[in-house]
Amino acid sequence: MNSREIIENGLWKQNPGVVQLLGLCPTLAVTSSVVNGLSLGLATAFVMAASNASVSPIRRWVPGEIRIPVFILIVAALVTVIDLGMHAWMQALHGVLGIFIPLIVTNCIVLARVEAFAAKQPVGYSALDGLMMGLGLTMVLTVLGGMREVVGKGTLFSGIDLALGPAAKQFVLTVVPDYHGFLLAILPPGAFIGLALLIAGRNWLESRKQAAITVQPAVLAAGH
Amino acid sequence: MSEGNLSILKHAFSTAGVMVAFTVVGTVLLASTYFTTKLPIAESERQAKLKLFQQVLPAALHDNDLLKDAIKVPAGGDLGNRDETFAYRARLAGQPAAVVLESTAPDGYSGDIKLLIAVRADGELAGVRVLAHKETPGLGDYIDIAHGDWIKKNFDGQSLAKTNDDLWKVKKDGGSFDYMAGATITPRAVVKAVHKALQYFAAHRDEIFSADGQGELK
Repeated sequence: MNSREIIENGLWKQNPGVVQLLGLCPTLAVTSSVVNGLSLGLATAFVMAASNASVSPIRRWVPGEIRIPVFILIVAALVTVIDLGMHAWMQALHGVLGIFIPLIVTNCIVLARVEAFAAKQPVGYSALDGLMMGLGLTMVLTVLGGMREVVGKGTLFSGIDLALGPAAKQFVLTVVPDYHGFLLAILPPGAFIGLALLIAGRNWLESRKQAAITVQPAVLAAGH
Repeated sequence: MSEGNLSILKHAFSTAGVMVAFTVVGTVLLASTYFTTKLPIAESERQAKLKLFQQVLPAALHDNDLLKDAIKVPAGGDLGNRDETFAYRARLAGQPAAVVLESTAPDGYSGDIKLLIAVRADGELAGVRVLAHKETPGLGDYIDIAHGDWIKKNFDGQSLAKTNDDLWKVKKDGGSFDYMAGATITPRAVVKAVHKALQYFAAHRDEIFSADGQGELK
């Protein structure tokens, strides 16, 4: 296990959004726009890095029988502390992400990484794993949000002013002018269809890579 | 008791001890965070509320602190709220100027639509805003100021005196309020709720302005 492997696993090989298919509840519910997807993704990445980093150092003191309740306790406490802290000192950001933060507790990807990785690995690697898994999920949420927003509303980055202040309103891109909207993409079924396309796309890329690896030696053999 | 049983018992106790220790640490952590953030959170919620009030109520209309001049409004009744809410009273030089009410339309397309309604002392609407709704994105959400100025255009300056009781409907139902084709249930619910709120105000006007304040919000 090294850092490179952890990064590759989080972003591509074991991507939580399109490979592990963990944490689908927020993936599907929140990704109606780029800004929503990106915001929830980053918040999740932060919580995952923090929860992995805090479970790893105590892993030797937690008996196997009660590890799940202890981990849940830690994750829930951590998320609540982050939620309250943001509400108190980062009101504007909390206004945007506030409704998503409690959702993160119920996201099984957080507990999955704590159990599968942080419970067995040293602190540094654990924090990196949490962060990379979170960023992998962020990528999927952002792309899915972008697809749904363009097809559904014909815009990109709508609602960015909620995250960055009213001045950011100029960043909203109208991709298709005079677009009447395609409601299906914004509604929940659009999330399922979009995610299916992303999974299919990743599988296609992977199978092409596999094919390239297996074909090459055969070609070489034929050349002889 | 045999040797084996004793070690099982010992193991169970030590496991339970670890669980208790973690629970205690977690509780202490949460309690201390709660107490340190309590005041800043109350203050930031207060600021958020004041910002909302500014949207429905022109600043020139009052010179008092609305949050300190609030009275409790019981749940139910014409305002349709599911929980107890507050009526915030705006005064100019001590004279009643307006009141900010919360109201709930229970019959939106997908559930409750929560409204903030400011009524001037003479019964004219100063402004209406949607606080929360679950209407269909891109279809029924034009009631929200973030998605269109329908709510401004249709309600600012309205009153029971200007619009007859049976005209408080969307145009499709023979009333005088605009709607967008394909989404009539949503504006219908909002118009009805605002109408009822005005009627509530007309019936309780003196009570609202004369009742003793409950002091600052908790």
